[in-house]
Amino acid sequence: MQVTAMHFKRKASENLRNEKLQKALEKLQTKFVDGRAVAIAELPNFGEVRDAAAEIRDKVIRSLDRYLLRFEQEATARGAVVHWAETTEDVNRIVAEIAHQHGVHRIVKSKSMVSEECGLNDALETQGLEVIETDLGEYILQLAHEPPSHIVAPVVHKSKEDISDLFEEKHQRPRTVQIAELCREAREVLRPGFLSADMGISGANFIVAETGSVLIVTNEGNGRLTTTLPRVHVAITGIEKVVPTLEDVTTLLRLLPRSATGQSITNYVSVLTGTRGKDESDGPEHFHVILLDNGRSKLLGTELQPMLRCIRCGACMNHCPVYQNIGGHAYGWVYPGPMGSVLTPSFVGLENALDLPNASTFCGECAVVCPVKIPLPDLLRHLRTRQVQQHLRPWQERVALRLWSWMARRPALYALSTRIAARLLRIFSGSEKRFHYLPGVTGWTDERDMPAPAGRTFRDLYRERHSS
Amino acid sequence: MRVGLFVTCLVDLMRPGIGFAALRLLEAAGCEVVVPAAQTCCGQPGYNSGDQKAAKALALKVLKEFDGCDYVVLPSGSCAGMIRVHYPALFKDDPSVIESIKRLSARTYELTDFLVNVVKLQNVPGRYSGSLTYHDSCSGLRELGVQAQPRTLLAMMPGVNLTEMRESTTCCGFGGTFSVKFGDISARMADNKCEHIRATGAGAIVAGDLGCLMNIEGRLRRRGDLETRVLHVAEVLAGENGLCK
Repeated sequence: MQVTAMHFKRKASENLRNEKLQKALEKLQTKFVDGRAVAIAELPNFGEVRDAAAEIRDKVIRSLDRYLLRFEQEATARGAVVHWAETTEDVNRIVAEIAHQHGVHRIVKSKSMVSEECGLNDALETQGLEVIETDLGEYILQLAHEPPSHIVAPVVHKSKEDISDLFEEKHQRPRTVQIAELCREAREVLRPGFLSADMGISGANFIVAETGSVLIVTNEGNGRLTTTLPRVHVAITGIEKVVPTLEDVTTLLRLLPRSATGQSITNYVSVLTGTRGKDESDGPEHFHVILLDNGRSKLLGTELQPMLRCIRCGACMNHCPVYQNIGGHAYGWVYPGPMGSVLTPSFVGLENALDLPNASTFCGECAVVCPVKIPLPDLLRHLRTRQVQQHLRPWQERVALRLWSWMARRPALYALSTRIAARLLRIFSGSEKRFHYLPGVTGWTDERDMPAPAGRTFRDLYRERHSS
Repeated sequence: MRVGLFVTCLVDLMRPGIGFAALRLLEAAGCEVVVPAAQTCCGQPGYNSGDQKAAKALALKVLKEFDGCDYVVLPSGSCAGMIRVHYPALFKDDPSVIESIKRLSARTYELTDFLVNVVKLQNVPGRYSGSLTYHDSCSGLRELGVQAQPRTLLAMMPGVNLTEMRESTTCCGFGGTFSVKFGDISARMADNKCEHIRATGAGAIVAGDLGCLMNIEGRLRRRGDLETRVLHVAEVLAGENGLCK
């Protein structure tokens, strides 16, 4: 997928002024934030489950190679073929090869953010393959030719009216604004696709080392149709998604839906193991699992390693006051919000996403809600430190900071200059005692007044009182 | 009990009354208060902007200045969080100072936390009459667990009528340099906060961090609200109707 993270500021400003988007984003608070709070409150030992979940993820990441090889061994033993993809191009090439090998024409897909990372649909379409997204949100986006703006609710930026308009135009059917009717319409359009597809592509929420299984959690049932009806199933996922045992999965599943959508469990939890057996009526004849690196292994052994714990619940973005106000598209790649602000620079290059690590107030709510205890603000701060070390910050900012710290280490000079600044600013602020415009900090004064200093510093006043 | 008061650079420059209010509260609690004269900044602007070197230099300066104090108290959850939580992280690979940094961080407190949990203040010296609403500043809340403490203290004042706003724990959008780098996002967050404040009908918005207060005040005034008072919790607790000279 094309990276437009360098346009973060401009896009964020546009989105702040987009009233339709603003209205759509109100869902985040009621649906996701309040919903999660209720679902978490139902779990009496939430803290302990969270500790256990983080430990499971950490244990895997500490021995990632071992668990991946075990997965490959177990999956292979059950008839699957495991492919290792270092880059997104590798994924696209491998999927195209599998398609050609099996004479595939039509592909149905369930939701996969890793496939978004790869730009898989475009790559397959240039090979003459037909790709149909079947997750309702992803299907809507495919019709609208838009990227997802959220990792769990990809179409959260749209209102139901937007979707009614889109369906009316693309399906050529009478317009309806009833959500149930819209769902029925999508189901009717998609059903023939499921029945005629030669290949199903899914992501994976987890892959299980002890059984070689691919596990997906879904709400719509499309995931189960995609992975069991076509004769070929290809699951694509990141190498960090491996979990040692099914028992471990049950721990993580107590947190994933609760954190993501406020559900105690999703409508479907599918554990997909091996190909269709001799006496079985369901399942694919061919099962391929593609494991993508694309920069993940580079995080191992670095300060950013905790990011690999991520189970893609989206709680960090749902609770991020920046995301809540600007939506996901501003972040300019597959993964938005706090987790995206760590992953995007890590995967596409620090220099290609300069704003993202800085686009946080460090309010800390993301770390509070993360089900696997990723210290997101610390990771963002680490990326800021790397930006400074690699001289990627603007010179004005570097000079300002250097000057500030140089002064702050010289108390006499600092006292004098703050005394002068406090006086002058107080005088220039006039009778209102605040500024409507202040050169150098127009980012502040464009939409806010700047309160003026009282006129004398604490240090001066304190010395005066204590010398008299 | 010898308490070092770190007024913070923002209070020193912008609103010294908060420093005097903190001083009055600590003295009312029976503390012997010292105010090291050479104090400047805790280093947080450098730390959060990725300049670890600058942050470390200032942290070592703070360490030296407050060496003789039993406690270090700041009228700011953000700066107290910097010393308590982030100084040890900053020096984790520096065995020569890590032990003294840990001792400093362990005896550093945000003002209301100190008053409630360490000195267990029973009577606050200020007088206040009116309605107010409280904004929970992010670092104080999430790094230090400051939430009940200011409310406990405000509840000791018979004239205070506290009305909670919606989403009182949501960030106001300040975030230090974020407020200038991403001015329009920051202002929108402040605007949401102003809306929640307005909905309470309170006569004053109170918080424990001057950065947040300046941000909220700036947006309130720009929206045309010249009435709602914007006060630091220390000013309410120590002053005559929020004024501490």
